[in-house]
Amino acid sequence: MTQADPAEIFRQEAQDLLEQLEQALLDLEKDAGNRDLIDGAFRALHTIKGSGAMFGFDRASAFTHHVETAFDRVRRGEVAASAELIAVALAAKDHIRTLIEQPDAADPAEGERLLGALQAVVHGAQAAAPAPEPGRSPADGAAPGHPVLWRVRFRLPKDAMALGTNPLLLLDELRALGPCTVTALTDALPPVEEMEADGCYLSWDVALTTDRPRSAIEEVFLFVIDDMDLKIEAVDGAGPPKKLGEILVERGDVPAAAVDAALAGQDRLGALLVKAGAASEGQVRSALAEQQHARHEDTARAAASVRVPAERLDGLMDRVGELVITQARLSQLANSRGDADIKTVVEELERLIAELRDTAMGIRMVPIGSIFGRFRRLVHDLSRDLGKQVELITVGEETELDKTVVEHLADPLVHLIRNAVDHGLEAPADRVARGKPERGQVRLVARHAGAEVLIGIADDGRGLDRERIRAKAEEHGLIPAGAKLSDGELYQFLFHPGFSTARAVTSVSGRGVGMDVVKRTIDALRGTIDIATTPGRGTEMTLRLPLTLAIIDGLLVRVGAGRYAIPLPAVEECVELSAAADTRSTGRSFLNIRGDLVPFLRLRELFGSRTPADPHQKVVIVATGEQRVGLVVDQIIGSHQTVIKSLSRLHADVEMFSGATILGDGTVALILDIAHLVDAGQARDQQRIAS
Amino acid sequence: MTSQPQGRPLEVLTLGLQGEVFALDAHCVREILDLVPVTDVPGARAFVGGVVNVRGKVVPLADLRVMFGMERTPPTPDTRIVVVELDLGGEPATVGILADKVLEVTGIAPAAVADTPRIGMRWRPEFIRCIGKRDDEFIIVPDLGRIFS
Repeated sequence: MTQADPAEIFRQEAQDLLEQLEQALLDLEKDAGNRDLIDGAFRALHTIKGSGAMFGFDRASAFTHHVETAFDRVRRGEVAASAELIAVALAAKDHIRTLIEQPDAADPAEGERLLGALQAVVHGAQAAAPAPEPGRSPADGAAPGHPVLWRVRFRLPKDAMALGTNPLLLLDELRALGPCTVTALTDALPPVEEMEADGCYLSWDVALTTDRPRSAIEEVFLFVIDDMDLKIEAVDGAGPPKKLGEILVERGDVPAAAVDAALAGQDRLGALLVKAGAASEGQVRSALAEQQHARHEDTARAAASVRVPAERLDGLMDRVGELVITQARLSQLANSRGDADIKTVVEELERLIAELRDTAMGIRMVPIGSIFGRFRRLVHDLSRDLGKQVELITVGEETELDKTVVEHLADPLVHLIRNAVDHGLEAPADRVARGKPERGQVRLVARHAGAEVLIGIADDGRGLDRERIRAKAEEHGLIPAGAKLSDGELYQFLFHPGFSTARAVTSVSGRGVGMDVVKRTIDALRGTIDIATTPGRGTEMTLRLPLTLAIIDGLLVRVGAGRYAIPLPAVEECVELSAAADTRSTGRSFLNIRGDLVPFLRLRELFGSRTPADPHQKVVIVATGEQRVGLVVDQIIGSHQTVIKSLSRLHADVEMFSGATILGDGTVALILDIAHLVDAGQARDQQRIAS
Repeated sequence: MTSQPQGRPLEVLTLGLQGEVFALDAHCVREILDLVPVTDVPGARAFVGGVVNVRGKVVPLADLRVMFGMERTPPTPDTRIVVVELDLGGEPATVGILADKVLEVTGIAPAAVADTPRIGMRWRPEFIRCIGKRDDEFIIVPDLGRIFS
């Protein structure tokens, strides 16, 4: 099991590399002269070629070789990264993926055609190539997230401290930018008798690894920069950590000849240089520190990520879940025994397990940006196929949520983005006629809101046509003609199977399949979809999703003899069911919550409880979509963190519950599915009205 | 509803339900538990009206008496839960089966296994895999796959 298949490892690695390649290509489309992007794409191609050949992916390797050759000309500045070149390169990238993942399905003719097209583009565009800005150092243009080693040397004026500058604060600010190694240089320290107590005699060398640009470092010295010595240099981080001599020479502390001479002496270089008087001991120590830092960062980077098979993570989460349950039982036992010593240990255990649970959950969290990448490609292709200019703006790529949720989100988001581009955005001519910019916009925004993640897909297109949706719903017999519906309710029909208001079926959408699948997938993730639209201004779909599928915070309540958990994020407040509301409710079941009418459901009736009701029943007000509903329960027991267990297929027909959880005493409590519960309650009320 | 292949005795766990003897294929029985607190699932079919905690798993509890139209009497000290592993529509599933009493593990000789008679039966023939005979007593082997599908 631990013996990993090398070919499989290569496939995974290639997948990452191909994604990097795609990102670089798409970015190049906007910024054709950017050297870092060109280098990035070239490096990815080069690695795929090399590792591919090593693991026996000969066809993929051979094909990649040709693409790499073509791209090398771009790298050397002979050919511009034109839109055509990028389009062909993207197609070639897809072909490489097929060659690696399903070599049998790959069509050699397709490969030939792509290479031909690539040749044509590269040779055709040769003359017109603008040279990529050569003066650009790799560090200045570093893409965010790509850490660079900086060498910062600064010396403050002697009276700096007297004037209120605190060097320690400056160093702390540098540390905030990234991992730092700081060395103080004491060369300029005068003899003690000449020293002024508040004089600043030290200078500092700082080796800093950060993904922030040079300006961020300069900003640290913003207030003192005028009368100080400051040197900021980027150190080329590629390759093995530098030799001490190289560092000293690069810094200009030691001439290269001195290093060579010292090396010839075959002794420890640092000691030799000091002895020779070419460098002060401080300078050498500082250079050594930088070397250490670079080495350390190198190992840190190597250890920074570990690939783990997903099922091991799932297994870990299961075990932690069991642990949480067992710990709850232990706590209950300890409390009933009243032994203070045991209680202390149990509380300690409780804290540790809570941390373990958070860590385990943290491991499963991945940034949603990992799937945003493929949408850029999608929009790129859609915009070409549909002849619409579309700009995709993504915000909040770093928003983290459970791995399983992210994986399941990709397909629904593809559907929604397709819809936004195809149906939402008007044709360029129409847009201009309406006074909008010709280029349409699709915004993909992710953010955290409490225990939920909100993902918005917004377009600035024509908006939903309320009347057409209504007409369509009536035509399908979903609502009686002239029925009164809120906008929210009406738009929910878009998720009905076979419901499409698109007049023309395009290759992209309009067949009315998709939206119901989106809805089902999001339901299965315990999420909801809200729709907001303004005619002529655009539509926004908002997905609300739980952070994780494994654990929820629940409010434990008792209804009759049974205990149930209500997902805490849905709970708004708890109130007592007044005797007046209780008796009056035979005709209408409404509560007055600070002026709002809130309908309520009696869970006792819904669940068919036979035990007598408690004299003082409580109402838990929950929110589902835009609706607020009260759930009448016998008793509110308290909040309870629950590990969600799914119900078996034998209970697939029971929609009122989304799962079950095991309580401290080992019994099972069901978790209420608020949306379905409210539906069930409404259906029952309607039946009652009809009969 | 074919009879067992000749020559191989059917190894079963026998259990009592309302005075009748039922037999479950011993190979699918995972464990036998004393009765634990059962959580009712409102809205579920009466035949799988509850769930129980089996070693940290939430497992549906089936009451065969409902399927065979028998009276549901309250549990006694003899009541047990037989935990079985089944293949439900291609997916493995763990199900608890309520038994008034668990009797023994035994083999039913293939010769004693007869096809289900069409008449003279109080219960639905499609839920019965076969009927065996042992010591002048009829043993009913229910077709669990069919009952739960």
